[in-house]
Amino acid sequence: MHLAYPVVLSALLFSVGVYGVLARRNAVLVLMSVELMLNAVNLNLVAFDAWLRDALHAGQALTLFTITVAAAEVGLGLAIVLLLFRARGTADIDRATALGDPAEPHTPAEEEPAAAEALKGRATA
Amino acid sequence: MNLALPALVPALPALGAAATLATGRKAPGLARPLAIVPVAVSAVLALVVALQLGTGQSLDAATRLTPTGGPDIALAVHLDGFSSLISVLVGLVATCVQVYSTAYLKEDRRYPSYAALVSLFTAAMFLVVYSGDLIVLLVGWEVMGVCSYFLIGHHWETADARSASLKAFLVTKLGDVPFLFGIFLLGADAGSFRIPDVLAAAGDGRLGHPTLIALLLLAGVAGKSAQFPLHTWLPDAMAGPTPVSALIHAATMVAAGIYLVARLMPVFLLSGAALVVLAVMAAVTMIGSALCALAQDDLKRVLAYSTVGQLGYMAGALASGDREASVFHLVSHGAFKALLFLAAGVVIHAAHTNSISAMSRIPGLRKRVPDAYWTMGIALVALAGLPPFSGFFSKEAVLTAAEHAANGDALTNGLGPASGVPQAAGWIVLISAALTALLTGAYAARLFLVAFHSPAGAAAPLAPVAGPADHEADAPYSPEPDEADPVTAEPPAMRWPLWVLAVPTMGFGVAGLRSDWLPALLDGGSLRPSGVTAVTGTGLAVVGVLAAYGAWRSATARLTTGRPAPAAAMGVPPAEGWGRVPEQAGAPAAEVVVADPGRTLLGPLFGPARHGFGVDRLYHALFVRPVGAAARLVRFLDREVVEGYVQGSGIGANLLGRAVRLAQTGNAQTYLSALLAGVVLLAVLVAV
Repeated sequence: MHLAYPVVLSALLFSVGVYGVLARRNAVLVLMSVELMLNAVNLNLVAFDAWLRDALHAGQALTLFTITVAAAEVGLGLAIVLLLFRARGTADIDRATALGDPAEPHTPAEEEPAAAEALKGRATA
Repeated sequence: MNLALPALVPALPALGAAATLATGRKAPGLARPLAIVPVAVSAVLALVVALQLGTGQSLDAATRLTPTGGPDIALAVHLDGFSSLISVLVGLVATCVQVYSTAYLKEDRRYPSYAALVSLFTAAMFLVVYSGDLIVLLVGWEVMGVCSYFLIGHHWETADARSASLKAFLVTKLGDVPFLFGIFLLGADAGSFRIPDVLAAAGDGRLGHPTLIALLLLAGVAGKSAQFPLHTWLPDAMAGPTPVSALIHAATMVAAGIYLVARLMPVFLLSGAALVVLAVMAAVTMIGSALCALAQDDLKRVLAYSTVGQLGYMAGALASGDREASVFHLVSHGAFKALLFLAAGVVIHAAHTNSISAMSRIPGLRKRVPDAYWTMGIALVALAGLPPFSGFFSKEAVLTAAEHAANGDALTNGLGPASGVPQAAGWIVLISAALTALLTGAYAARLFLVAFHSPAGAAAPLAPVAGPADHEADAPYSPEPDEADPVTAEPPAMRWPLWVLAVPTMGFGVAGLRSDWLPALLDGGSLRPSGVTAVTGTGLAVVGVLAAYGAWRSATARLTTGRPAPAAAMGVPPAEGWGRVPEQAGAPAAEVVVADPGRTLLGPLFGPARHGFGVDRLYHALFVRPVGAAARLVRFLDREVVEGYVQGSGIGANLLGRAVRLAQTGNAQTYLSALLAGVVLLAVLVAV
């Protein structure tokens, strides 16, 4: 079989995964898209392993590793999503922005120059 | 001689000053002994050193202080008759002033720091007098400048004292900068900073630029000794406590400049041009200051201007090539001017005012302060230069020196050729000194008559004291806050120093009469007054006194007979009198009704003379305002330009941070998109 078929397939899979990660809202679907990307890589590994006729089959061995890691990762990811859902009642990734920096008009950064001015005033007085 | 003695003389007051400063706050009771004892002991030691050294000897000792790559700086003493004489004077005056200050500043909270500074000042003056090395001398010179700054600003609560101290500091520094360069040039030319080496070099004619050196040094001398055009600080310096005026601004510090020229006389004798400059400086100074003194209303300012004038006499003697006469006048002036200031302090405490016109309205003032009255009279006679007091002899010595210089046979006493002194210098000094003798007699008499013998005081001894009488409205005035009780205005600690100083005031002049007395200690020349100048000088002084007396009599007579319009009572021409009325309008009528002979004698010159001929105003326009404008420009550049960049960098970083914060949305998918975009961008860049 020509190498182009599995490579093109894996590229398509990867693109679908990227799209899913960037565009889907549901955290579970994002995790699934990550899995898609991992599997695209797996497909590449296996295809090239076969195509290069590697005596040690390093590509296939690495694929097994990847599957294991992916399983663990999904386990962790799902647990986080579960906690997120329990805490917020939604697994919507757009709404989980608590770590962001809200652009409010009042910030400590603006008060600092005022405090510095006051200090200078006291020094000159 | 044991070298520890001359080393101890400057060291003791310095240690005393340190001890007073260290303990002043914790143990104020110790301040008085710590102030008096070291100064008194060094005065005694100075006398012992002088006696051990004897006459006609000189002593040099040096130890290298630090190598400089050029001429070395040495810790050296150079003792001769001049240093002996002046160190004894400094010790005497400083001791009197310290004793006097214990009473004068009794209520002052800052007495310990004051006493410490006076001690430190005394130490610095001793250092200047004893030092055999120009750089070490400069150290003492500058320490005196700083002490003077602090002591003038003793009453720093008042704006007058603050500005006066700043002015004194800046004006003297203005002279000190050329002075420093003069010393460097002198050291470079002579190959040594040691005074004996410098003098030897001057004697051998090894100095390359004597005129330049002498002129540079003269700038420092003019600043320190308050000679025109750098004299303006001294009258304002009267804002300091009166004992400080006595010690620093009459007897010692201002004499340092004269002493320095006397020390380096051979250098100055190499340059006729410098001597003429010095003569002109002295002439302008003495005549101008005598006119100013005749018009002042503030007692201490009269004395300050008279100090400036007497320093002019000394400078004139130096310009005539006779350092002996100059130092003779320095010592006698030091004694009687210190006495005048100390007596003035007593009077000021008793009268609660500096103004002599206000004093003239206080009844029975002279009965309240009899000692000050008598000693002040003695000192004023000495100041006017009437025989047989010390001022007569020393002034005549100056006149004689000028006469000899004018005849072309200057009394250089072997320090240089008599032809080194230009005759012009002699003539300038001689004429101006004669004129000043006249004016000095007049203002001394005026001061005494107006302050103590006014008809108001004599006629109404039982009248109540008319409140705190104020000074004349338009007169420059250097008030000094004092808290003394007028009843106890003359405590013993303030009375005895007066009489101690009265002794040399009366008797010191005789020392110059025989050539084996005072002249043997100095250069060995004659200090005997010569016939013509003695008669002329005394005659002029007597004429001055009589003129002042006559003017005063006529003024008081008109004042007591009827009291018409003040201007007529003063005997001034009506045009001038009426011209002054608007200025006086704000003052009470009583202000003008003072028999002031100065107004009669000076006529139209009175107004300008009272304000020092506008020199201050001229300097204000020429120097103070441009400097102020430059300072404002610098402030503008600093605030608006330099600080603009600093603040701009801060504001820029702030804005940038705010822009970056916009990217921090918290949405993981946004981050990932940015990440992907970055990866693609990098991949494209790597691939292409």
